Amino acid sequence: MADGLDAAREWLQAMLLIRRFEERAGAMYAKNKVGGFLHLAIGEEATIVGAVRAMRDDDYLISTYRSHGHAIARGTDPKRVMAELFGKATGVSGGRGGSMHMFDGERRFMGGYGIVGGNLPLAAGIALSSDYRETDEVTVCVFGDGAANQGTFGETLNLAALWKLPVVFMVTNNQFGMGTALERHTAQTDLHKRGEGFGVPGLRCDGMDVGDTYEVMSEAIERARTDRTPILVEAVTYRFAGHSMADPEEYREKDEVKEWREQHDPIKNFAAKLEDVDLDALDEEIGTRIDAAVEFAEESDFPTPESMQDHLYA
Amino acid sequence: MPELRYREALNQALREEMERDDRVFIIGEDIGVFQGAFKVTQGLLEAFGDQRVRDTPISENTIVGVGVGAAMTGLRPVVELMTVNFSLLALDQIVNHMAAIPYMFNGQVKVPMVVRMPQGAGHQLGPTHSHCLEALYLHVPGILLAVPSTPADAKGLLKAAIRDDNPVVFIEHESLYGAKGEVPEDADHLVDFGQAAIRREGEDVTIVGISRMAITAQQAAETLADEHDIAAEVIDPRTLRPLDLPTILESVRKTNRCVIVEEGWPHGGVGANLAALIQEQAFDYLDAPIQRVTGADLPMPYSKPLEQLAFPHAEQIVERVRSMV
Ligand SMILES: Cc1ncc(C[n+]2csc(CCOP(=O)(O)OP(=O)(O)O)c2C)c(N)n1
Repeated sequence: MADGLDAAREWLQAMLLIRRFEERAGAMYAKNKVGGFLHLAIGEEATIVGAVRAMRDDDYLISTYRSHGHAIARGTDPKRVMAELFGKATGVSGGRGGSMHMFDGERRFMGGYGIVGGNLPLAAGIALSSDYRETDEVTVCVFGDGAANQGTFGETLNLAALWKLPVVFMVTNNQFGMGTALERHTAQTDLHKRGEGFGVPGLRCDGMDVGDTYEVMSEAIERARTDRTPILVEAVTYRFAGHSMADPEEYREKDEVKEWREQHDPIKNFAAKLEDVDLDALDEEIGTRIDAAVEFAEESDFPTPESMQDHLYA
Repeated sequence: MPELRYREALNQALREEMERDDRVFIIGEDIGVFQGAFKVTQGLLEAFGDQRVRDTPISENTIVGVGVGAAMTGLRPVVELMTVNFSLLALDQIVNHMAAIPYMFNGQVKVPMVVRMPQGAGHQLGPTHSHCLEALYLHVPGILLAVPSTPADAKGLLKAAIRDDNPVVFIEHESLYGAKGEVPEDADHLVDFGQAAIRREGEDVTIVGISRMAITAQQAAETLADEHDIAAEVIDPRTLRPLDLPTILESVRKTNRCVIVEEGWPHGGVGANLAALIQEQAFDYLDAPIQRVTGADLPMPYSKPLEQLAFPHAEQIVERVRSMV
């Protein structure tokens, strides 16, 4: 199982890279280097890495406004993600999108979107295109528990089931839509069951466990690929930080957050399962990469005023 | 008079109207436990309980539609949508239902409700969170449209909106929530719809500023007076439907020049409409073409230098006025 162990190490590394990136992004926000809203996914690294590692390179990924981790897991250079946060021309969206609107077409990361629930129909369209072009690509569509209450959720699941589109709807159930807890915004809190009425089968994984997430997502992606059916996967996770950097978090108990951080940290727990991992060494190497990302973002130029109209029309 | 912030003035209006009339309730995403994304609804859950302060799922179209149904049957809902961009998800309920129902059922039913939401650029929120879409709602017959720019107006217009039997789209500006001003304590302080405010008097040019641009226009007018000896008259329409056209026309007939400033897009904008109305009714008084200063014709860029270029600042207004006087 040497192969498996290498993969596990790589997952750990990817999760740690995302964690440290997010922490540094938060620090840069506090220094006013990053503007707008900054939504961090600290605590959700296993959900992100487990899902993305289950994908093939030619599969598509589409995400929400909380998507730095998705871009990085997909292989986008953290430098370009940080530069986007800084609003620089070298950023993944040329500084036009910011934290909420990352995109890396080359890696088939089809974007982060600031409108809650707005990405679901796009995912169905991307999957339709894969079918149309007679490929066996699968689309993974990530969204939050809160987003599952938009009309687009029901409308898209129905259409995807009707047309047998190869798309995996992955609801990242971090148990809050902004300040509203799951049981205060959703009647059926077993979110993976919410596709049943549309004929979309549901699976659930432990989103704090990268291995479990990987396995369940692999199964879902395989079924979507070969059976041509949409699937709904619920990853149960927790967001350790506030909804955004501007969130005072008055809606949840400090002890609850503390317990999740201490008992369910996806990185710490996974590292403990692996033999011979030197977390400190790994951390040092990652720290250097993050330093380089900040330096790159800092030194890059802002988009010029003359470029303002670029790309408005093709 | 006590000084309040714009957000506090709105909060006071909600509080007072809920106290006055128990048919008034508020509904929206994160308005209760979270106390509002912009803290306008702070303390209201505690004061009025969860029957009257209702946190909802993230389902804009349904939230507005629920408001319409409640309003049709005797309640007076105040719906909060977190940002004007998100109201686009509710356009069906706003345009096809809220606005049309009283007319299409021949007046048999009223829809006395308010949909509140903030708009505006300057916070680097990019193209999905930064727009000014008052023109979109101005386009729709059957609704009233308020765009308050001061704390006193925020309070008085919101109270008038809640008491009005028509559906009202009430657009706040994100950059004004922290702005302070004197606000009448009177629980019956109402600002009537269809009454523009003349913020500053002058003879040389009329500047009409929409929403936050009414404030920016005043800054420009100060500079014009101090540095260029130009006396600008600044008008804040406060409500766009009904529009106090007589006050604007009277000013233009006096100054013979007009600049309209809005943060929204130029094409089909509030200024385009207003310019047409002015030239229809006061053409003979104009000594120069009506000018518009607008937001850039673009989805709002995130990057700070570009975003700053994409919405109007006082300097641009000053330049434009100087080019025509
Ligand atoms: C259509 C729309 N409505 C409201 C918002 C404001 N908003 C941004 S994130 C959010 C909560 C979303 O929660 P969830 O989908 O569970 O994702 P999470 O934040 O947990 O990742 C809300 C209400 C928005 N961006 N878009």
